[in-house]
Amino acid sequence: MSNATILKVEGLTVDFLSDDEPLRAVNDVSFHVSRGETLVILGESGSGKSVSTSTVMDLIDCPPGDIVAGSCYFDGVELSGLGAEARRAINGRRIAMIFQDPLAYLNPVYTVGRQIEEVYESHGEGTGKNARAKTIELLRRVGIPEPENRVEFYPHQFSGGQRQRVMIAMAIALKPDILIADEPTTALDVSVQAQILDLLRDLQRETGMALIMITHDLEVAASMADRIIVMNGGKVVETGIAKAVFSNPQHAYTRRLIAALPHGNAAEAPNRRSTAIAGETLLKVEHLTKHYELASGAFGSKRTFKAVDDISFEVRRGETLGIVGESGSGKSSVARMLLGLNAPSAGKAVFAGENIFDMNEKRLMAFRRKVQMVFQDPYGSMNPRMRVYSIISEPWVIHRDILPKNRWKARVAELLELVGLLPEHAERYPHQFSGGQRQRIAIARALASEPELIVCDEAVSALDVSIQAQVIDLLADLRTRLGLSYIFITHDLPIVRHFADRIMVMKDGRIVEEGQTAALFGAPRHDYTQSLLQAVPKPKWLTQAQ
Amino acid sequence: MITYLGRRAFHSILSVIGLLTLVFFLTRLTGDPSALYLPLDSTAEARAAFARLNGLDQPIHWQFVEYLRDLLQLDFGESLRQNRSAMQVALEAFPETLKLAVVAITLSTALAILVGSLAAARPGSMFDRVASLVSLAGASAPDFWVAIVGILVFAVGLGVLPTSGTGSWAHWIMPTFVLMLRPFGLLVQVVRGTMLSALASPYIKTARAKGLPRQKIIFGHALRNSLLPVVTVAGDLATSLVNGAVVVESIFGWPGIGKLMIDSIIQRDFAVVQSTILVTATAIFILNIAIDLLYAVLDPRIRY
Repeated sequence: MSNATILKVEGLTVDFLSDDEPLRAVNDVSFHVSRGETLVILGESGSGKSVSTSTVMDLIDCPPGDIVAGSCYFDGVELSGLGAEARRAINGRRIAMIFQDPLAYLNPVYTVGRQIEEVYESHGEGTGKNARAKTIELLRRVGIPEPENRVEFYPHQFSGGQRQRVMIAMAIALKPDILIADEPTTALDVSVQAQILDLLRDLQRETGMALIMITHDLEVAASMADRIIVMNGGKVVETGIAKAVFSNPQHAYTRRLIAALPHGNAAEAPNRRSTAIAGETLLKVEHLTKHYELASGAFGSKRTFKAVDDISFEVRRGETLGIVGESGSGKSSVARMLLGLNAPSAGKAVFAGENIFDMNEKRLMAFRRKVQMVFQDPYGSMNPRMRVYSIISEPWVIHRDILPKNRWKARVAELLELVGLLPEHAERYPHQFSGGQRQRIAIARALASEPELIVCDEAVSALDVSIQAQVIDLLADLRTRLGLSYIFITHDLPIVRHFADRIMVMKDGRIVEEGQTAALFGAPRHDYTQSLLQAVPKPKWLTQAQ
Repeated sequence: MITYLGRRAFHSILSVIGLLTLVFFLTRLTGDPSALYLPLDSTAEARAAFARLNGLDQPIHWQFVEYLRDLLQLDFGESLRQNRSAMQVALEAFPETLKLAVVAITLSTALAILVGSLAAARPGSMFDRVASLVSLAGASAPDFWVAIVGILVFAVGLGVLPTSGTGSWAHWIMPTFVLMLRPFGLLVQVVRGTMLSALASPYIKTARAKGLPRQKIIFGHALRNSLLPVVTVAGDLATSLVNGAVVVESIFGWPGIGKLMIDSIIQRDFAVVQSTILVTATAIFILNIAIDLLYAVLDPRIRY
């Protein structure tokens, strides 16, 4: 243990008590971090990465939590032996923490100013005007514009990125020795993510604090880490200098993770684009527009919000069109209109020779059979009380002519096998599956009505990296076997790089760039596309070498 | 905000008019007041004269038109029983009800917030279990039974409290206690439930990571976020108390609007019944607006 080591965790083992066996969330985990150093804890959901740091912060409720073994030394002091008051003097002052979803982690009924001032007040570092002045300075430092006014705002009045800046301001108020960041950029757009990561790096340089960053995102991990520990199933499976871990992973799990990285090395990555020559035009969208009338302001001036602003594109048979954009770009509005869930303000969409928006009820029913959707959250889009069999066979209840009832069972089994599940899974409920398996069920349901076009709206965004790759492989495989076309909507450029044939980049309701995937990645023409590509985090060892 | 208040007022006036119409016709279904106010052996002429004097000889729809016309001139009619303005009778009784309601709802809400918060802070503890048991008993005990048993024990048996009426502070004890039982019981359960989910929220984790003292986390952060449902239920209970606690006021002889209402119905004192309804409906309308405004104060995300 060198002098600079500020936190040392040894043999930490944490159980969660449940009705039957206690669940071991963290199993014999050890790590340490030094002043000025960034330690990344990398792992997928359920790997125990958050539980280990929450234990350091004393945020685990016991019961149901049960710290079975291990010790945490902070600045030479064993933390578990401390009383409540001594503990309180460390939290917020010497170790601070920020979280994934700042809207939920900020108290909705207090102004952000009050929530930051509370840190000063509860640690005896200033009250009233003094605390207010420090708070405004702090908000200015983390890049909140007009901090004198914004200090009186409530969390819901900020954007997602600004809320995370407020959280960071709150955490660094007393210049802690350690900042623990638990998935701080997961909910943010890629360009906002880049800004937040920059801010964290700058603050670390200024204050010399140690940064412990928890993430499931390999790119974020590579761009931040000095050292890295990889967790899987509650255990540390690999640890080392970041560059060494990424360039020469030792453990099989780490190797699998890095192989699944969507944009690692372009030459090595498996190409999942369609190999067949695209067929005739399946869907032709012309001047599609969606405007929303906003509530009139105080002086009665009506404003219009252009969610989708005059866009045209086409999808050919057997082709994958990627629509890429950040939140608010209008990409999901396009999907909703194409499926007839929202009516457009103007424009038309011709599918197999007929305008979708002119169809009567009966034609629309037939059309919906041909176009299916896969959503971001498969759990939210499935009835939790229906068995998989009923979920997949439901389209046949509505469209009676697809399949006679005596063949349903065999077809459900067939579809389950097609998406890589087992026929006996038909008797289970959605909650008995993992996230990736649920997305496979959603795909099987989409395939049940024998569609020609599948619209995937952020279909893999909620999945872990290694699962993302599997689902994309499945989609690519189905395209080849069944001759499907996809519209693949995502905020994540690297994901579509090896899957989409053509890419359309959207911003503020408009198409800013469109082109063949290789060309678009090779030489992006539009500034926005370039900034999106640059916003993807680069490994720290490369940027430092420059 | 102003538009919101205007719209609410307009809707309330509509529903009060509907209510008064209903009450007007329903009270007249209870029978002819002359049967109660004149001696049993009164002549047909005397009855006709009584009816003419009080406008009861007109067809019922004409009586209604006259009632509405008088209402527009703020003439609410005369009490048959007391021979003075019906509205004055109602307005004299209302403050008695209001005093009792305010004391009962304030005390029970304050007490319930304290007990419910402490119970939620340590779920499963002895305190939590006792609090749950007591609140359940309070919420389910029939008030007339508690009132009568109270009178038997404390007034008749021990002789330490008066049986009924008003005057000294001792007269307040039993009616207040009986009125508090149900609101207290229900509110403890509401506070405990919302506090439990508030304490499990992410922002409580943030407060702990900030190193805030425990009581500040419970009462400053969790309770503040739990107040909305509490205000909803407390407001609803307050409405039913302002409406006049008919049973409790009758048992304890409390001269409030609930007792006045039931007496006037029995006595077929139509003008007073209508006036009491108008007074309580207005009070409930004001109370509901106040609750809505309180929402906006408590939660910055709510704007009208």
